Amino acid sequence: MNIEVLSPFILTLVTFVPAGGALLLLLIPRRERDIRLFAFTISLLTFILSLHLPVHFKANLAGFQYEIDHHWIASPNIHYHMGIDGISMWLVLLTTFLTPLCVLISWNSIHDRAKEFFILLLVLETALIGVFTSLDLFLFYFFWESTLIPMALLIGIFGHERRVYAAVKFFLYTMIASVFMLAAILWLYAKTGSFDFVTIRDAIAAGSVPGIVTAAQLLFLGFFIAFAVKVPLFPVHTWLPDAHVEAPTAGSVLLAGVLLKMGTYGMLRFNLGLFPVQARRNAGWIVVLALIGIIYGALVAMVQPNMKKLIAYSSISHLGFVVLGIFSFTPTGLNGAMFVMLAHGVSTGALFMLAGVLHERRHTYEIREFGGLATSMPTYAAFYLFIVLASVGLPLLNGFVGEFLVLSGAFRANAWYGVLGATGVIWSACYLLWMYQRVFFGKLAQDVNKSLPDLSGFEKAALWPTAVAALVMGSAPLLWLHAIDPAVRNSLAQFRQVAVKVIGQ
Amino acid sequence: MNPAYQPYVNPGGLDYIRILPELILSVFGMMVMVLEPAVDEKGSQKTLGAIALAGAVGAIAASLYQAYYPGYAFWKMIRVDSFSVFFHVLVTMIAAVVILTSFEYMRVQRIRAGEYYALILFGTVGMCLMSSAVELVLIFIALEISSISTYVLAGVRRKEASSSESSLKYFLLGSFATAFFLYGVALMFGASGSTNLDQISKALRTQPVPALAYAGVALMFVGLGFKVASAPFHVWTPDVYEGAPAPVVGFMSTGPKAAAFAVLLRVLFEANAPGRVWLIWMSAALSMTLGNIGALVQNNVKRLLAYSSIAHAGYLLMAFAATPQTGMSAAIFYTAAYAAMNLGAFAVVSHFANIGEKYVTLEDYAGLGRRSPMLAATLTLFLLSLIGIPTTGGFFAKFYVFGAALQSHLVWLTIIGVINSAIGAYYYLRIIVMMYMRDGHEEIPISKIPLGLGTALAISAAATIYLGVFPGRVVDFALRSAGELVR
Repeated sequence: MNIEVLSPFILTLVTFVPAGGALLLLLIPRRERDIRLFAFTISLLTFILSLHLPVHFKANLAGFQYEIDHHWIASPNIHYHMGIDGISMWLVLLTTFLTPLCVLISWNSIHDRAKEFFILLLVLETALIGVFTSLDLFLFYFFWESTLIPMALLIGIFGHERRVYAAVKFFLYTMIASVFMLAAILWLYAKTGSFDFVTIRDAIAAGSVPGIVTAAQLLFLGFFIAFAVKVPLFPVHTWLPDAHVEAPTAGSVLLAGVLLKMGTYGMLRFNLGLFPVQARRNAGWIVVLALIGIIYGALVAMVQPNMKKLIAYSSISHLGFVVLGIFSFTPTGLNGAMFVMLAHGVSTGALFMLAGVLHERRHTYEIREFGGLATSMPTYAAFYLFIVLASVGLPLLNGFVGEFLVLSGAFRANAWYGVLGATGVIWSACYLLWMYQRVFFGKLAQDVNKSLPDLSGFEKAALWPTAVAALVMGSAPLLWLHAIDPAVRNSLAQFRQVAVKVIGQ
Repeated sequence: MNPAYQPYVNPGGLDYIRILPELILSVFGMMVMVLEPAVDEKGSQKTLGAIALAGAVGAIAASLYQAYYPGYAFWKMIRVDSFSVFFHVLVTMIAAVVILTSFEYMRVQRIRAGEYYALILFGTVGMCLMSSAVELVLIFIALEISSISTYVLAGVRRKEASSSESSLKYFLLGSFATAFFLYGVALMFGASGSTNLDQISKALRTQPVPALAYAGVALMFVGLGFKVASAPFHVWTPDVYEGAPAPVVGFMSTGPKAAAFAVLLRVLFEANAPGRVWLIWMSAALSMTLGNIGALVQNNVKRLLAYSSIAHAGYLLMAFAATPQTGMSAAIFYTAAYAAMNLGAFAVVSHFANIGEKYVTLEDYAGLGRRSPMLAATLTLFLLSLIGIPTTGGFFAKFYVFGAALQSHLVWLTIIGVINSAIGAYYYLRIIVMMYMRDGHEEIPISKIPLGLGTALAISAAATIYLGVFPGRVVDFALRSAGELVR
């Protein structure tokens, strides 16, 4: 059978298989083992289906692929329009890659209400994939908001002590911010009569949207606020540490691994795609915020006594790199930003899994509770070291490529951006390695730590893929970049046309 | 000769078809009344309920059947059009769902009241008539039929002081409000020389609008504003909702409200009422703000939902300030979506409340997610819809209303609306948080969901999701009915 016949439906399949699985899961009796196994099968199936995307992806083509476009609602004119390019494809893959691992890492840690847990996880997966595949602004918003509920419930039900506070904070922050985006989307619809991303983009580029000149700045900000909270950019980052510390491991993995990328993806797709002129005009203060995020996040991470909080702040720092790369407007910087997103998804996902492993054994994330773990848990220590090194940006591992590209892009845009950004790399080495030293080296001071069991089979099964991915991404980045690069150049090319046109007027 | 004069013609068969749903409801209502003393005490509730349900279902069928016979009836006092059919179906469905919810409630509360079901049917007659009447005096009569039934229904928990208080309050303030409406009708008659909406519309269009007409519209708005619980005529709502039986609150907050909105739509748009935008603007902004702020501090779920219903009346009114075509269809859609989610929410509340409505505080809902996952999940769905989260009807309802307001350049009103929906999210979330993230009270009994209630919940949930995923057909219908009304 020619597998390419799947291509027209593949996005629909990949998006909705998890949700379908969640529906079936409702019907399965409450036997934990069956539920876990079923959830794993579904998420694995989704991953396998999603492999279709890169295999049949035509890297030399600009524009969207695997497109599907149906009428959904006549009034307002909403389409079921999906499609991916090199940017969104890898984010879809990242989601489908991490979800089965989330199921594995939760295998033995979620007992209470396992059914609800896995249903929420699968629903979340559908919503996340939908965010990256939709090309209709309405559909996009629909999925964007849909990620909120399962994530908030995952935190609020399965989290730790202050879970309710964290869940509500997370919900309100992102909900309120996305209202601004909704307003911007509605404005665009009112003026263009369409929610279609491509139509609106072309209309704006052609200058055929009435009133866009005066409104563009506000529209840009409307989108930007929603995305900035999600990233999170300094100073709207305060929900993130709380959410991470309280979330269950799988929640943290998806939160850091994928949810944050929704923000940077949105900036790349909508802020740059729809409002190139405003993006350039506003780049100055946005880059400053990104740089503050990089440095501030790293410095705060340094002094965290709590391992999970440390990783959370490191995310703020790393995502600062992504924003820096995006708003450098150089192909190198954008490629780098994309690569950092993917690399951060893999390695921070893994870091959260590793932190979760420890929490399961000791029910604490406090760094001072540990020390000398390298003797009692050698395999665990080895994995941890590998991932820490990947995160720090050791050449040949995945963190290096992205940060390098971002920084060289930033240098090209403005030398100071590069210089200040580069300090972030140093800081990240400091806080991660210092944390590693305190947890794994030294004497085994506490008796409880002496008898901690090493990694279980399921935990290893969850961690191996991330380690392999970190290595492959670091040593053969072109496998990813060959699809990213055309998409990035394509969006920049449009960018230049518009910029030239506006300046020429 | 007076152009309004028409020679007397005997009503024909078509006239009766055009009031068929009302006829069916009245006949079944009377059957319930007659049978009530005849059936034995134990089986009575079920039998009477089943008869009432049959009546409501028959009325739904009749309303759909009516759609094939549009036109005037009874000397142009009644007009059957897509608009009236829509509201007929909506109101009768509300009645059916409420009857389904009541089976269990009446049994658990040990209320023996055959007239309960009859009153629901009679009230529905009034609401149906309100949506098809195009003659102000008939509208007034219909309004009274529906109001008087609901006054009594509010007091059906006879032994509870709060229920009697609720009934009395509702009755006193309600009569006061209907008097305003009647006064408005009188002034309108003075201003335009007719009580027929078509004639009024014509009169207002051809001659300069007399000041009297403005006063008439304002007074009618007072009367209807009371019925829909919009600010500043909302003060009765929390107390009445708190005391009235939970299924009746579900009924009151959707049925009469939908009907009153239908009248408001007809009066404001069909009669092309002057001065409507500012009047509505103020009332909408006030309702949203007062409703949401009031709801923030409530600990009784019924009171909370009462304030939320005030807020929703505000969102709905936004549509009335918009341009007729878009505003009307948005309002029609909102009414339907609101009915589905609110009825569902009150169905859950009435199941959970238990004997004497003991468990109605927020605290009682703690841990419901663990103890009764299905009940909690359905309530969550309705609450998410009330917040306006995508994939629920509430989302599109807000979406259309805000969209209509924006298109009519009511930017500030839209901003107020958006801010209010953000505030609103907080108190609905409180309930969800309670249910899922707090430990429960084991001593609160949770009984199994009986068939009737299960059906009611399933209908409401299905409607909420259907309107949230495929709003297209209902919107088309709403647009079509709006097109017929606004010519």
